[in-house]
Amino acid sequence: MSAVMITRKVRKWEKLPGKNTFCCDGRVMMARQKGVFYLTLFLITGTCALFFAFECPYLAVHLCPAIPVFAVLLFLFVMAMLLRTSFSDPGVLPRALPEEATFIEMEIEAANGNVPAGQRPPPRIRNVQINNQIVKLKYCYTCKIFRPPRASHCSICDNCVDRFDHHCPWVGNCVGKRNYRYFYLFTLSLSLLTIYIFTFDIVHVVMRSMNGGFLNTLKETPGTYPLKLSVLVCFFTLWSVVGLTGFHTYLISLNQTTNEDIKGSWSGKNRGQNPYSHKNIIKNCCEVLCGPTYPSVLDRRGLLQEDTLISSISVTMFIVLSLQKTTAPLIPNEHTPDDAKPSIAASAEKNASPKEEHPAATKVPPLASPETDAETSIAKERAH
Amino acid sequence: MAETHSLQDMRQQAAITAKVFIQRDYSSGTMCQFQTKFPSELENRIDKQQFEETVRALNNMYAEAEKLGSQSYIEGCLACLTAYTVFLCMETHYEKVLKKIAKYIQEQNDKIYAPRGLLLTDPIERGLRVVSYNFVSIQTEQIEHFSVLFFLIRAHSR
Repeated sequence: MSAVMITRKVRKWEKLPGKNTFCCDGRVMMARQKGVFYLTLFLITGTCALFFAFECPYLAVHLCPAIPVFAVLLFLFVMAMLLRTSFSDPGVLPRALPEEATFIEMEIEAANGNVPAGQRPPPRIRNVQINNQIVKLKYCYTCKIFRPPRASHCSICDNCVDRFDHHCPWVGNCVGKRNYRYFYLFTLSLSLLTIYIFTFDIVHVVMRSMNGGFLNTLKETPGTYPLKLSVLVCFFTLWSVVGLTGFHTYLISLNQTTNEDIKGSWSGKNRGQNPYSHKNIIKNCCEVLCGPTYPSVLDRRGLLQEDTLISSISVTMFIVLSLQKTTAPLIPNEHTPDDAKPSIAASAEKNASPKEEHPAATKVPPLASPETDAETSIAKERAH
Repeated sequence: MAETHSLQDMRQQAAITAKVFIQRDYSSGTMCQFQTKFPSELENRIDKQQFEETVRALNNMYAEAEKLGSQSYIEGCLACLTAYTVFLCMETHYEKVLKKIAKYIQEQNDKIYAPRGLLLTDPIERGLRVVSYNFVSIQTEQIEHFSVLFFLIRAHSR
């Protein structure tokens, strides 16, 4: 009586709950909606391509050859930071395994005591004291855990993320503990790149207009179309990206997340009570930007143990089916021993006659539960 | 033998039955620290001091990994200047400490907990949320139970 082992290499990312997409065999992790991310990529590469193709030759010759070189370095840094933010794990907390979830449920029930019937049980909240400040930890019904402080559940990605900042569609991923610094460096370097390109576009226009007058320079077609487009894109992105960088610089100096700022956790009457802040701007900045790089606790590329599970289930089922004297078809991968075969054939013949009377009774599904088996055996006894 | 092969699989499944979870201690912030309160379920298995020593050692190692000192700042600045490509060839400080922790847990299991029928799991497998102690004790009883079942089946099918 042996069970055939089905070995299949399945990596853990294939079975992870949540609405993320994975690429490169689990190395890349993103949200499902990637349309806006492709737009971001297109805007950045498009504008830079226009700048390198149409402005740089003129500027390198008439001003300084270092200008395009610095632009290339800045562009590469921006792309590296963008891809790092988009493709890395933001700090997703894995969901509780069944034993852990049961353990927490037992603790909650013990804490709640007896709830009278008809009344709603109290909300699942745990109070912890952090640096003399009471912080409420909420229970996540999806992940079945008490969320650590500063963690929040992202409804778009359906994951609890540690130090959740916000879900950024431009980057196509959540921004959390692990990728916040890359996100900040991306917005900062993009601001610098936008200002750089905008400045040199203006310089280019000024230099050309010195030769032939300002309006003539603008009227020149088609050579100035890339310049005009570049200026337009830079002008509009400048305000939004520089504004965003400024906002995040403010948050970093106070050691707050966007989520906390929106909810007003540490503002208004709670101002000055942020327990995570070091009360020193430089120290706060250093912690967020130069702190340790946290590892991913979501094991994406580990191998799942599937083969052992299949063999033990099939053996257990065989035991249940044999003991209940049913003629349920054996699982296709089950290797039937020779001595059991004639007995099963005999019992199949016996049940062939009452089959016309009780067709439903003899039809037992492969994954038979004890209830259906009991019913079929009772039905057969009645038939005989 | 076919039976022993299946029995081995069941031993793997039946081995771990009860677990005790030690939760995180957030009193000093979001740093990874675990509670040193001794759980009542472990009273008969190990003494309080041993348990506290293990948890304190783990806490110290995690504190070392997350320390904001000159080393982490230098590592951060160097990585930033190279657009974080330096991590393709170098391990981060945190990863080095995690390897140290895994080794320490293995050592503790071999020396102290396995002889008493306990198994300490690495918190990284639980998302750094809990440290769990698994009771590994009902092994032999389960094997006897299943072997009795097998004999019953063979007797019945004849």
